[in-house]
Amino acid sequence: MMSQITNEGLVLAFSALGAGIAMIAGLGPGIGQGIAAGQGAAAVGRNPGAKGDVTTTMLLGQAVAETTGLYSLAIAFILLFANPLLGRL
Amino acid sequence: MASDGKQIDFMIHGLFSFSLFGQEIWITTSHASLLIIILLLIVFAWVARRRMMRAEPVPGAFQNVVEWIVEMIDRMIAGIMGDCSEWFRNYIGAVFLFLLTSNLSGLFGIRPPTADFGVTLGLGLISFALIQYFNIRHNRGRAFTDLFRPLPVLFPINLIGEVATPLSLSLRLFGNVLSGTVMMALVYGLMPIFLKLGFPAVLHVYFDVFSGCIQAYVFCMLTMVFTRQKMKEE
Repeated sequence: MMSQITNEGLVLAFSALGAGIAMIAGLGPGIGQGIAAGQGAAAVGRNPGAKGDVTTTMLLGQAVAETTGLYSLAIAFILLFANPLLGRL
Repeated sequence: MASDGKQIDFMIHGLFSFSLFGQEIWITTSHASLLIIILLLIVFAWVARRRMMRAEPVPGAFQNVVEWIVEMIDRMIAGIMGDCSEWFRNYIGAVFLFLLTSNLSGLFGIRPPTADFGVTLGLGLISFALIQYFNIRHNRGRAFTDLFRPLPVLFPINLIGEVATPLSLSLRLFGNVLSGTVMMALVYGLMPIFLKLGFPAVLHVYFDVFSGCIQAYVFCMLTMVFTRQKMKEE
């Protein structure tokens, strides 16, 4: 039964698993962006006149917080579409 | 009903190749879409310049749009850079318009050139060179001694922090645009035909218009913020 699994199949299967596991990193940016948006909403509620500045700062901070998630996305894409492990077989 | 995934296509394809100094060089779809966007921007700039040469006191529709774009970019730069905004108007304006056009180009069916890491890494390196140029110009020798602060032991970490700037700038842009491109390709490839007509418009608004505008804005803002940090008086 186990002998039917080829080396390529094994590498591909675990690469797909690894891509999925890598995307768990999406949790962090989600929480961070949510905190930033919540604080932004609170700031606008306290001082509605500064809505433009608050929105700009919030979007900038969120974009920086998103970076770690995008690193994991890059790793997931590499594992799925440009797999470096297949060349090692 | 749903297709088997053969129609999913978001990769970069080679159009033709030639050899230069023994090196095989491929002209890809990224080059083609870059060329389209650059031609579009050049034609727009040429027409706008022709038009602004004989600007009227009461602006027409086109003149209004051009003035609005210039004022918007000026406001964006003045908000961060303050008194030295003239040095950044050319670069930031050009990069912002280029990024905006190329991120929005996914709407018109061509593959956005910013979904190619080569393009965004190039832009990130240009921004890095700009940041370091203003760092050295403003701080002179302190630009190098700052790497050894607060402790000389921290030099490797400071160096990595400097080198990570173009990487994070370019990866952020690349990842956002590529994820939008992949998502749209999946939606178009996997949906039954009758759903393809109206529903993807909602996703286009988010992935292309919203995300594209935000990322173009963020790239320019971060370039200016990093430069501003280097030029800060201590």
